[in-house]
Amino acid sequence: MSQEVWVVAETVRGEVMEITYTMLAAGRGLADKLGGSLTAVLLGHNAEGLAGTLGVADGVTYVDHAALAEFTPDAYQRTIAGLVKGAAPRVVLLGHSSMGMDVACGIGIGLGSPLIASCQTLDVQAGKPHYVSLTCGGKVLAEGELPEPSCLVTMVPGGYKPKDGRKEGAPKVTKVAPPTALDDLKVKLKGYIEPETGDVDITGESILASVGRGIGQRDNLKLAEELAAALGGAVSASRPVVDQGWLPTSRLVGKSGKSVKPRLYLALGISGAPEHAEGMRDAECVIAINTDEKAPIFDIAQYGATVDVVKLLPVLTEKIKQAKGS
Amino acid sequence: MNIVVPVKFVPDLVEELEIDKSGVALDRTYMRLIPSEQDEHALEQALLLKERYGGTVTVVTLDTGDVDEALFTAIAKGADHVVKVLGDGFAEGINNHAASSVLQAALKDIAFDLILTGTQATDDLDGSTGPLLAARLGLPFVGYVTGVEQEDGKIVARKEYPGGLVAEMEVALPAVLGIQAAEKPPRYVVTSLVMEAMKTAKIEEVEAGQAEGGGAAEVARMYLPESSERAEMIEGNVDHVADALVTVFRDRGLLA
Repeated sequence: MSQEVWVVAETVRGEVMEITYTMLAAGRGLADKLGGSLTAVLLGHNAEGLAGTLGVADGVTYVDHAALAEFTPDAYQRTIAGLVKGAAPRVVLLGHSSMGMDVACGIGIGLGSPLIASCQTLDVQAGKPHYVSLTCGGKVLAEGELPEPSCLVTMVPGGYKPKDGRKEGAPKVTKVAPPTALDDLKVKLKGYIEPETGDVDITGESILASVGRGIGQRDNLKLAEELAAALGGAVSASRPVVDQGWLPTSRLVGKSGKSVKPRLYLALGISGAPEHAEGMRDAECVIAINTDEKAPIFDIAQYGATVDVVKLLPVLTEKIKQAKGS
Repeated sequence: MNIVVPVKFVPDLVEELEIDKSGVALDRTYMRLIPSEQDEHALEQALLLKERYGGTVTVVTLDTGDVDEALFTAIAKGADHVVKVLGDGFAEGINNHAASSVLQAALKDIAFDLILTGTQATDDLDGSTGPLLAARLGLPFVGYVTGVEQEDGKIVARKEYPGGLVAEMEVALPAVLGIQAAEKPPRYVVTSLVMEAMKTAKIEEVEAGQAEGGGAAEVARMYLPESSERAEMIEGNVDHVADALVTVFRDRGLLA
């Protein structure tokens, strides 16, 4: 049985996504403990240069084809499945992300390989690889052995530092042709729509008053805006607030939104699901207000309180104004 | 466009979660199950597409217990058909590999162009229902979708990437899409319309075939996290909490 660990790199428009380095950091540790090698799998077109950014891996398998120039689920799934089928590595790491989640299930069903989703850390116990996954919005953890002989894992950020997945120096690149035909594709990339601009850039703010479901209703947003104004910061939000149309996507913090590192991040009625934590866990100071004392946000925050955020906001804003005035 | 929306019931995360005696699964004794929030967005997107292009919307759910009200609510919102898949052991929890095999069998006699479901559900541990179902049906899948248009017999799905970048994917039909958020927030229906649906509409019932749960990894232990770095909790009323926070802000030089 192979002890090889593979990491499938994610790229958009010639840039390697952060999750790739989280996976490389996880994969490096796992491969070393298993006594196997770590291979990064890179798909693209005229993108061989990106292999040089994957230096933590022992080698890079690079597949070049015009249909792989940018991610599309159909072409990437076929290609990765073909590679995995041929080599049967012990573990294949994919992002628990917009790209990885599109293809992981299809690869697994096609090859009969088991799939573990939402994995945060990997370890070896008694010579066998183990996973720890998040479930129920991060409120519950599940762990177990990675099924033999080969299995797929989608990884969430948080368990490893992306910087540990970066290393100078170019690994050995093996360029291969697509293992399967890439014609008659059912999904094609039509183009990209750039992120909205013109609104406040929340990544540049040093203080964020970030609102979640606990804000209750749209009218209460002004309470957060008043607090942000008193502190000299801006308002950002978690997914439910943006999905309700209460704030534009440009204010979204988390997986499909922005990653922020402010000096102060006030999480107001935010539960702290993994998708949100992904975008704010590097803030200098996190203060969480949530009536649910079991909310995962309290595991990220330095300070917390379980009072009703809607009642707290006006009082806090007033006290900040007084403190600043004196 | 005829659209099928599989809806999954998941634990209500507002309620306290506990692990059962086996130590490898959630305790379902008092657990409240609710329709997955992203599946509600998938239903909303389906209804928006029906309004725009015509066709039908069929909601399918596994009978995990107490699902009728959600199905009648779907009718009240504008769904044409609602289907409940009956089978053994659904109430005790069923992994997504098994659920997708059951859905595949249930869809045998339903004609569709598009399947819309949530990109993921909060309790997924073995992949999500949408891409698993797509793989079983041999159909293309695109997830993280926040908008859908029909163009020349195909659809164009807007797919989210980190940082707010959106890819427009052209997808041949039939296809399965994982909806992250509908173009509009899920519509609200008044209780009287749901009551009306209960009187007039009919839930179609189909028997599930053999579920194939292989492909999900075994869980050796399930537990609630014990964080070593938990927040310092500020107790007391709103006034006290506000005072304490102002002190923190001042100490960190944030009131300058």
